[in-house]
Amino acid sequence: MSDHSVVRILIAKPGLDGHDRGAKVIARALRDAGFEVIYTGLHQTPEMIVEAAIQEDVDAIGVSIHSGAHNTHIPRIIQLLRERGAGDIPVFAGGIIPEEDIPFLKEQGVLEVFLPGTPLSKIVEFVKNEIKPRHLRG
Amino acid sequence: MSERKKVFTTLSWIPLKEHYSPEDVADLDYEKDLNAPGRFPFTRGIHSNMYRGRLWTMRQFSGFGTPEDTNRRYKYLLENGQTGLSMAFDMPTLMGVDSDSPLASGEVGKCGVAVDTLRDMEIIFDGIDMGAITTSMTINGPAAVLLALYVAAAEKQGVPYDCIGGTTQNDMLKEFIAQKSWIFPPEPSVKIVIDIVEFCTKHLPKWNTISISGYHIREAGATAVQELAFTLADGIEYVRQGIRRGLDVDEFAPRLSFFFDCHNNFFEEIAKFRAARRMWARIMKEKFGAKKERSMWLRFHTQTAGCTLTAQQPMNNIVRVTIQALAAVLGGTQSLHTNSMDETYALPTEEAVRVALRTQQILAEESGVADVVDPLGGSYFVEKLTSEMEEKAWQYIEKIENMGGMLAAIEDGYPQKEISDAAYKQQLEFERGERTIVGVNKYVIDEDRSIPILRIDPEVEKQQVARLNQVKRERNDTAVSRCLRSLRRAAEEDKNLIPYILDCVRNYVTEGEIIETLKEVYGAYTDPAYI
Repeated sequence: MSDHSVVRILIAKPGLDGHDRGAKVIARALRDAGFEVIYTGLHQTPEMIVEAAIQEDVDAIGVSIHSGAHNTHIPRIIQLLRERGAGDIPVFAGGIIPEEDIPFLKEQGVLEVFLPGTPLSKIVEFVKNEIKPRHLRG
Repeated sequence: MSERKKVFTTLSWIPLKEHYSPEDVADLDYEKDLNAPGRFPFTRGIHSNMYRGRLWTMRQFSGFGTPEDTNRRYKYLLENGQTGLSMAFDMPTLMGVDSDSPLASGEVGKCGVAVDTLRDMEIIFDGIDMGAITTSMTINGPAAVLLALYVAAAEKQGVPYDCIGGTTQNDMLKEFIAQKSWIFPPEPSVKIVIDIVEFCTKHLPKWNTISISGYHIREAGATAVQELAFTLADGIEYVRQGIRRGLDVDEFAPRLSFFFDCHNNFFEEIAKFRAARRMWARIMKEKFGAKKERSMWLRFHTQTAGCTLTAQQPMNNIVRVTIQALAAVLGGTQSLHTNSMDETYALPTEEAVRVALRTQQILAEESGVADVVDPLGGSYFVEKLTSEMEEKAWQYIEKIENMGGMLAAIEDGYPQKEISDAAYKQQLEFERGERTIVGVNKYVIDEDRSIPILRIDPEVEKQQVARLNQVKRERNDTAVSRCLRSLRRAAEEDKNLIPYILDCVRNYVTEGEIIETLKEVYGAYTDPAYI
């Protein structure tokens, strides 16, 4: 594990759909707020996302999803992180996610779910308060 | 006198004056720049009497679940007097991936119907006379495969080619710019688009070959000016490629149509539609030397802007959709899809869809707005704004043409980055409170956000995979390999692929097998991931 001091976030886009407006806007906002941001690009499998998270040594993964397959892809990402010994990398999510699915996703280990219309400032605050560099965590 | 804002602008940041007057339109020449509806340059409408003759087509996009579900839905719609069907496919089908692929997991039947082989198409149209209906298929990367499947299903019903009617979206340029359902790199993608144009021009005279789409460009964050400019630049590229293929412009141009978004800024949207018509007519006549008026007509479908819907206070969306739909009608659209209020959550419920359709019916039959053609024509403001939109769009188009056309511009990432910048700028304005979204950053209430939503049964995926496996067991494997070998050779020899794909689908080759074979020749495109 490297010892970067700036929080490093992977913005991930699982699924086959092309709705990347939200992912890109969030990526820019986090970058402008001083975080290091890596964007996976579209059409990623959970395997590809977890591989990128480990390779890039990120401190958290923000998953943007609009295809309706959140209950399949997000738990899979968390499961794969655990299998690869990286279960301490927190996952947060946003996109078209019905409110009633949030309890299930949180049970699966998702740290936070942001619904459409969330101000960028709220997401930036969340990352500032909740995400610390992995190697500095107790 | 003090005003509410320091500057007033449209959503494309075009500055607005306090009021407009005759000098704003002094340089407009009525016959040259506007003319009567139905007369070149068609600024005021492509038909002389527009909705007094026939109302716009109310075409609600739908489709989900299994082919059987879709077949039942279509029969219901046809029994209720609808003659045009509109097919929505699920993401695996849109990306050329079979339902049994690991990539399809969790997505089968979710946002449209799953189609893997001819068997699915046969089921979708079982008991429906394919010679008596038209079908609009929202399909791009694998458009050639879905068109072939449709044609093969119609062949099995004994429908002659000149009775097969419908539309393929088949607009790959906007996929690279905005919608991102790409498969192959841009150049071979456009080659296949033109294969469809060529095949249909020669064999399927009633098929609308490309629906050149601004909708997705706008939804990805473009301004109205960018939507207008990039869409027309895409159109220019297709026409140029069609001519390069050896086709006569007046043979294929009448079968090109357009698809636009309709956003919140009421007058800007109306000006956009009017400017689009004038620009396309001039492009076709002056740049490409079209002779037929039909080649110069910008016929378009409109969908209200999905990105303006809010999850907060969803009932407010009904009002937004109404204003947007009114702008589309005043802008002279040929057909319209109105979004449902609950679409920020999931596919719409039946009740929400009904309200969306009723909105169109109220506009058409109660409001009186359909009774006079181009009622805003001659408004100092609307005419001035139409000219300003046009002028700014030409600047973009010239820049793109100087880069070598849209294919080259896409390779440079130019439209992609322009849209990304605009999307971010709009978001920052919203964050600073300079852009109001009612119920989101103003007039916010505490509310329960759990509203009734439509769920897709996970059984759909299992059923679809089971059917695919059955088709694979029953088909003739020798024929499958032979067809795929011929297809591969045709691609290597740069032949028109449609007849070869038709041969494949008639033998129950799957969509995924065709796409994978072509990927071996053309390669696969991956996201350059511009931020």
